[in-house]
Amino acid sequence: MLLDTLERELPAPGAARVGVTGAPGSGKSTLLDRLVVALRQRGESIGVIAVDPSSPRSGGALLGDRFRLRNGARDAGVFIRSMAARNRLGGLSDAARASVLVLAAAFDHVFVETVGVGQSEADVAQLADTLLFVAQPGAGDTLQFMKAGVLELPDLFAVNKADLGEAARRTAGELEAGLGLSAPAPFANGWTPPVVLVSAREGHGIDKLCAALDAHRAHLLESGELAARRRRGRTAFIVDNLRQRYGSFGLERLGGAAEVEKRNATGRDITTFGLLSELSREIEEHLCPRENKATRS
Amino acid sequence: MAEAQRERPWVFRTYSGHSSARASNELYRKNLAKGQTGLSVAFDLPTQTGYDSDHPLARGEVGKVGVPICHIEDMSALFEGIPLDRMNTSMTINATAAWLLALYAAAAERQGVAASQLQGTTQNDIIKEYLSRGTYAFPPEPSLKLISDMVAYTVDAIPKWNPINVCSYHLQEAGATPVQEIAYAMATAVAVLDAVRARADVPADAMPRIVGRISFFLNSGIRFVEEICKCRALAELWDELTHERYGVEDEVLRRFRYGVQVNSLGLTEAQPENNVIRIVLEALGVTFSKRARCRALQLPAWNEALGLPRPWDQQWSLRIQQILAFETDLLEYEDLFDGSHVVAAKTRELKQAARAELEKVLAMGGAVAAVENAYMKRQLVESHTRRVRAIEAGELKVIGVNCYTESEASPLTSGEQSILKVDESAEREQIERLRAFRGQRNAADVDAALKNLSEAVTNGDNIMPASIRAAQAGVTTGEWSETLRKCFGEYRAPTGVVARAGENAAPDLAGVRQRVEALSKTLGRRLKILVGKPGLDGHSNGAEQIAVKARDAGMEVVYDGIRLTPEEIVQSARDEGVHVIGLSILSGSHGVLVRDVLTGLQREGLSDLPVIVGGIIPEEDAEALRRAGVRRVYTPKDFDLNRIMGEIVDVVAESGAVR
Repeated sequence: MLLDTLERELPAPGAARVGVTGAPGSGKSTLLDRLVVALRQRGESIGVIAVDPSSPRSGGALLGDRFRLRNGARDAGVFIRSMAARNRLGGLSDAARASVLVLAAAFDHVFVETVGVGQSEADVAQLADTLLFVAQPGAGDTLQFMKAGVLELPDLFAVNKADLGEAARRTAGELEAGLGLSAPAPFANGWTPPVVLVSAREGHGIDKLCAALDAHRAHLLESGELAARRRRGRTAFIVDNLRQRYGSFGLERLGGAAEVEKRNATGRDITTFGLLSELSREIEEHLCPRENKATRS
Repeated sequence: MAEAQRERPWVFRTYSGHSSARASNELYRKNLAKGQTGLSVAFDLPTQTGYDSDHPLARGEVGKVGVPICHIEDMSALFEGIPLDRMNTSMTINATAAWLLALYAAAAERQGVAASQLQGTTQNDIIKEYLSRGTYAFPPEPSLKLISDMVAYTVDAIPKWNPINVCSYHLQEAGATPVQEIAYAMATAVAVLDAVRARADVPADAMPRIVGRISFFLNSGIRFVEEICKCRALAELWDELTHERYGVEDEVLRRFRYGVQVNSLGLTEAQPENNVIRIVLEALGVTFSKRARCRALQLPAWNEALGLPRPWDQQWSLRIQQILAFETDLLEYEDLFDGSHVVAAKTRELKQAARAELEKVLAMGGAVAAVENAYMKRQLVESHTRRVRAIEAGELKVIGVNCYTESEASPLTSGEQSILKVDESAEREQIERLRAFRGQRNAADVDAALKNLSEAVTNGDNIMPASIRAAQAGVTTGEWSETLRKCFGEYRAPTGVVARAGENAAPDLAGVRQRVEALSKTLGRRLKILVGKPGLDGHSNGAEQIAVKARDAGMEVVYDGIRLTPEEIVQSARDEGVHVIGLSILSGSHGVLVRDVLTGLQREGLSDLPVIVGGIIPEEDAEALRRAGVRRVYTPKDFDLNRIMGEIVDVVAESGAVR
């Protein structure tokens, strides 16, 4: 299967995988446009997966309205694919994970942009090496940020609309204060998430944001955190997937999340989707042994 | 019989221009000879959006919906033999209004006419370009600066000029209700006047005169009683607003002055001869009440929904105006509605609701803010969606479209030459003239003028003097705009296609939804459609309605907004992995643009990808498009969106996508 081959053959560390989240209206798309232009100017190629919510009623989705490089000149260095979140609000489909693998084979950077806060961040965090959270001025005070839990996962914060001046600086201050109060993230490994003031509209602060992305990437590589993080992401993805398919009951038959983590960490030469189907098979055998043997070959 | 005392009639105009400056000049002279009393210049889309005729985005659009004007020679040719000191010229130009006025002034100077003698109007209402018409070039803030530059400049230098025609016209076309029309027009006027008042170079005592130069451009729909009340409500509200907000004491300067083009949205492709009756009634709506009578009127041609009208079609519309003004007794009476409690009550109702909506927009920071946060756009998309659904459901009757559809064959629409065709060679010849012109001008003069322009923009000086100098030096439309784009940046407005556009729970969609689900299962993923608007045409309503409906039908919809090159559409279709492409083109450039998309798909190995096209497309062209491989062609008479959705499913099912 293509995905297995890609996962196995891709030289590590490969493309930088960056998740971008933030509330609707925070200017994620515009900021991403600016990042794409800046990275293109450095001669690097970019793949973007832009996830929009699906309509809960019709299953349909309005995608797009995304930036594409202008002037009619086709630029093979930028690829944008929009996707609907499909199964759950703000959640990511399996297709998104597959797309990340495919794009990582072809581009220097892969961005996954998704709307909303909360669950979607956790989902994107499974796919990304670096999680960038885009906040907008007036989004809340320190306490609200902590309550919303937005301080726990991101590696980088961009406070957009810095052209609004004082309000943006205040929001950046609240975020920094919140980060100072929070216990350091369990896997941060000495990394303190920086808060960068940007204005996507005016194009200010983009260079600083690029530098911060680079710095986090360097940190991941030097500390050895990158491999660990990708493995954790893989575990989380498999656990989520198994729980969706077989419920907590099914997962417990296997030995729960801990077992998945153990099996994922043994250093065997097995791909994400390979491990997922191996574990699925085992659960199915626990749940209904006979039928399973007949249908699987 | 004693001759009754007649009012002087309004200015008669016809919105026209096509192919080239020379061809349009010929048309203008003929129209004036027939009794037209003013000119209304239609510019082509490249001129409106600031591109020279040879720019890649201009391909297929040159001379299509209006005349291409690239430089001073074009402008001079357009008015050759028409004395500009005696002409009242209205120019439908917005993003590049300052530039076209500069060219007009420079052309007048060549005729020996001083700028101070010029009379006319530049449309120059950028707000509605973001909301409906789509021919913007720069972001809202700098665009507003350009408008206020023109207001500040003309008040002394070209005192009989109306520097801005605040447009509610296009809002109605985009679906606005009368209340929204009134409120958003007022919000726009306030945005302009506030910007002018804030300028250091405008003395406070100039404000009343400036307020007196603000004019409006309205639409008039078929509900003509309501239209009469709308005009009266606008006149009253403007009088109050200018008094309260800008302290204008002189009543004359508070008068609501407006021109009109009657509604094109309601003109039907089916039984098009009925449009003549619609046009007459709509004209009555803005002339009936003396207290709120228009200053200038332009009537569309009866067959506009079929394609470009011929000179004869335009003549028919001019005759309507002349009969109304000269044969009937309309102009012999005082206001006919003063004292009518019915009209007074309706007027009051509209005014109060509009005031409330205006307050809402002002509270969120005014018209510019309400564009940037997409509030106004959303409101319009919602209204339009409601209107379309009402027609679909038959609640809103449109004779010949959703009722009384049986018809004898019309002798008026048969035959080869029933619409005007712009000669395909017009674009090539215009480009040749442009290149020859570039070759013979004085390069040093041009460079100096552009540098001067660039400095004026950077320093925040008034744009007009530098623009007039550039016009005289031989700068082109594309060069002027590029200089400004460099400083201001380019702008893409929000599309307004958001979830808020309303989820359609109507059971009539259930059938289509089931089919979408079933086909998606066969395809292995959800049916995905790209809705694309190639070319410079910015009328995005059709595309947006389709996008929203397709989402409601359960499809994944990729819509990237307006002004894409065919190449960008092909790239997007490929990267996004869509199953079908729907193109919307209303500018008449479908021939070239669709061909370019099909060729691009072929080059990418995507010739199996089905393409459907919607637009103002004559049957002859539709046939040619189908022969070229387009699966379905839709025109304004296909108002049943559910049927279109069903056919999209058919088209994908028939195509190679299902293996």
